[in-house]
Parts: sequence; C-alpha cells; structure tokens
Amino acid sequence: MSNMTLEETKALIQEVLEAYPDKARKDRAKHLAANDQSVEQSKKCIISNRKSQPGVMTIRGCAYAGSKGVVWGPIKDMVHISHGPVGCGAYSRAGRRNYYTGHTGVNTFGTMNFTSDFQEKDIVFGGDKKLEKLIDEIEQLFPLVKGVSVQSECPIGLIGDDIEAVAKKKTKEHGKPVVPVRCEGFRGVSQSLGHHIANDAIRDHVLGNRDDQAFESTPYDVAIIGDYNIGGDAWSSRILLEEMGLRVVAQWSGDGTLPEMELTPKVKLNLIHCYRSMNYISRYMEEKYSIPWMEYNFFGPTKIAESLRKIAAFFDETIQANAEKVIEKYQAEYEAVIAKYRPRLEGKKVMLYVGGLRPRHVIGAYEDLGMEVVGTGYEFAHNDDYDRTIKEVDNATLLYDDVTGYEFEEFVKRVKPDLIGSGIKEKYIFQKMGVPFRQMHSWDYSGPYHGYDGFAIFARDMDMTVNNPCWNSMQAPWLKPAAAETEATAASA
Amino acid sequence: MPNVMIRKNETGALLFYVAKKDMEETIASVEQDSAERWGGEVALTDGSRWYIDPISPPPSFPTTLRFRRVDD
Repeated sequence: MSNMTLEETKALIQEVLEAYPDKARKDRAKHLAANDQSVEQSKKCIISNRKSQPGVMTIRGCAYAGSKGVVWGPIKDMVHISHGPVGCGAYSRAGRRNYYTGHTGVNTFGTMNFTSDFQEKDIVFGGDKKLEKLIDEIEQLFPLVKGVSVQSECPIGLIGDDIEAVAKKKTKEHGKPVVPVRCEGFRGVSQSLGHHIANDAIRDHVLGNRDDQAFESTPYDVAIIGDYNIGGDAWSSRILLEEMGLRVVAQWSGDGTLPEMELTPKVKLNLIHCYRSMNYISRYMEEKYSIPWMEYNFFGPTKIAESLRKIAAFFDETIQANAEKVIEKYQAEYEAVIAKYRPRLEGKKVMLYVGGLRPRHVIGAYEDLGMEVVGTGYEFAHNDDYDRTIKEVDNATLLYDDVTGYEFEEFVKRVKPDLIGSGIKEKYIFQKMGVPFRQMHSWDYSGPYHGYDGFAIFARDMDMTVNNPCWNSMQAPWLKPAAAETEATAASA
Repeated sequence: MPNVMIRKNETGALLFYVAKKDMEETIASVEQDSAERWGGEVALTDGSRWYIDPISPPPSFPTTLRFRRVDD
C-alpha cells in the first residue's frame, strides 16, 4: 500500500478492534493482518476458516449454498432438487448467472427451481416418500434429464431422512444417476464445506461412471475445473485454450454436463481456476487417475500470458508455439484497452472482499489498469488461500478474513479507496457512503471477465463505475459551498 | 491418525496434505527414503513430526497414507 506503512496498517487494525468487547476483540484480531511477504506460512499471521462471532454481521453463506449454488447448480443437464422447505431454492434461483446453452425445461434445467417444498407433515412423518414421487415426476415431465441431484436443506439432516436409500432405489429404477448430497446448511462454518461435500459426492457418484468405457483421447485433452461461467467466463477462457490447440473435454461446472464430468478422468491435465471450491476433486483425480493439475489465472493480460505459457509448458512445442501465437494475436486488442482505460484509472485504490479465488486472482487485472489493491479478504478461505495471497499482494496491504460489517465500514472510512469490489449485501452501504462499488460475485450483472475478451469488459466496467459523474453529486446542491460549486462546473465543462 | 495425501509439487518436493484439517505442508525430511523403503519419521517444514511404518517398495506419489503424530 503506497500511502500506508506496515505500522499504520497495524495501528488501523488496533483502532478498529477497540470497539469490540475483550473476548470478541481477541478473536477478531486473529483474522485481521497487514500483509508481510516475508511470512512463509499464512497461519502465522492470519487465522481463517473459523466460526463467525455471534452478534457481528458476517457475509458468509451455508453448505447448501456451496453445494447447490456453486458446484452442482451450474451442471445444466441435471435437475438439482432443493430438498426441504421452499425458500432456500426459491431465493437462490438463477442468482449466480451461470450461463449455458440449451433449451431450458427441455434438455437443460439451469435456471429452473425444483424443490420438495416441505410442509409440517413432511417434517413429522419424513420426506422420503415425497422425494421418491418428485424424482418420478421429474423423469416423467423431463425425459431428457441426464441425472438428478438431491441437495439437502437443513431439516433433512435434522429429521434424519435417508436420502441415500431413495437415491439408490431411483438410480436403479430410472437407470440415471441420482446423487444424494448431504449439504445441510448447518454443516461447517461457511459455504466452503459445502464445496467439499459436493466434491465428495461427485467423486462417489459421478467420476467413476465411465471408467470401463472406451474414449477416443488425444494428447491434448484438458478439463477446465472451477470455472462457473458467470456471465460467460468459461466460454472466454475456453476459446483461448482451444486456439492453443488443446481440446477442452469438460467444463466444471459452468455450462457443464453430466457426461462431460464423467469423462473428465480421461483427460491429460486438469486446469483449475477456482482452487477453493474444486481442489478436492483435482487432488482425488491426481491420486486415482494420475492426472496432474495446475492452477491458472485468466484475469488481465499479464496473468493470462503467464498462465498460457505455464499451461503450454505441460505439452509439446507445437502447443508452446501456439500459446505465443495466441498471446500475439490478442496483443493489439488488449493494448488498445489498456491505452484507453489506464489513463482514466491510473493510481486508483481498490479494496476487495469476495470469496473463492477472486481476492487474489483479480489483482493482476487491476494492476494492468494501473490500479492498486490496498485491501483484500476472503469470506470463506482456508490457510492455503492466504498462503497464495501473501505472495500476490504488496507489503502492508490490509488483509481481512470473514470481515464484519462494522470492520469493513471502518476500514473504508480510513483507507478511502476509490473502488470497492464486494457483494450485493455491501453494495448499497458503500454507495450511500459515496464510494464507487462493483459487485464482484457475479460481475455486477456484466461479464465475462475471464480471458482477453473479458478483460475489455472488465476495464470498461471499472471505468464506468469509478469515473461515473454521479459521485460528484453526493451532496445536495443547496448544501454545497458556493466556491466548490463554481469549481465543479469549471471541472465538468 | 489422519489420512494424509502425499503429492509432489512443481519443484518436486513432497507435500503433506490433510483434507479436513486444512493443512498443506512441505515435507522437510523422511527417515527412510531409499529405493527399497520409504517411511519412518517424517518431519514437516512447520516443525511437526509424523510417523508411518516404512513401506517397501516405496509408494508412487500421489497417494493417501495413514500417519501418526509423533508425541514427544
């Protein structure tokens, strides 16, 4: 952070912590840190993946959100039943904008909401019969469905329904995978455990399905893992890989299908974008099928070029030459983007607070635009995420894990960033405080942001937000001092 | 006695990964690491020490093994 030293950042953290009672302060202190690149292991400076303090405002989700909303939901040719009361599915329906191609309701089901709509009698007498009926109905109404996943909501675990038995019976009956997922919301401290549970369910019920089938493979088969195609992200990543001469066999799970996932064990390399939500399955595939995996980053031209070269290094010289060609091909395009937006965004400060991979992955894209990330934090990261983050951000940058509403506001008041990237729950607070804001969970209804095509959109969106004329109108005209007014008119003219 | 997944990282060093414990450390030294046997006491870079009965012939990585914490 250019304008704050390590001591100043530490002092700021102490000052913000002052407001808490002793016990809460002790706990929260472990989650806030000033980045120090000399620290080798993040657990020495920041604690993560712990239960949130009662009484503070947290922005985390639940295990069901991690499983149904993130990992399973985007698989387009399966029906994902929100098993339990109606709300969880209804309020999360289609919110994440995982784009896909297909005819919704015929062969794809991404934006539809299927729920068993638990009533009192289902809680009292159990909901297994209802689930059976529901699966039969789905089979009847949507014969093109490739499989069904049962995403448990809290009551399923509480009343002890045996969804595994139902799933087993129905798998046999319909000859299609019915996957029970034990992702009850109360499990774990955040959505992160939901990702893990979902990965385990894929491992147990999907991955091995085609082990004994022949597959015409090429030496260039890869799978995109952990790209959820938000606003078309996976598509703008996929074309780069295909231009390099690689064959993308599967997309996990944005615009992905069940057969694609079943074929993933046949690929030569797993490319993993969102490390947090899908490293588990990559590790498993490495062990069982000896498929190496690597993390890559498709945000901003610098990181894209770096990643393309790193990916190409796994393959032969043709691919390596192709990677250079791809970078060259898009060079004029991204240089024009930088030339246009960099002067408008140079030196602006950004604070991020998102989940998954973005708090560290998008830093490169901001830096390409001359912007500076002065604070970053994760909702549900583990230590391994912070291990990776420490190297990405500058010294003395503010790091906050599972930040509370109060802390985030105080940090913003003091650090005074020019842009905040966070979720919808924070958006209006900061906009009312007069700070430009981008909702970075689903790209503020824009996107894609991955790849070279995405970078152009990313740059445009950041400029549109930071340099929006509305930020000069935060004060009512009659409250403005006369001098400032003339200045403002002069500036805008 | 956690199940530990041992894998090689990019530089060829062995990583010691315990899924639910949120732990990924580099292995600093292995007591017995020869063509015939692999195992014994394993020291990690964070200072903790773990034990596994030596395996012969050495396993191919990545693999999942059960380790015991060495108490001293």
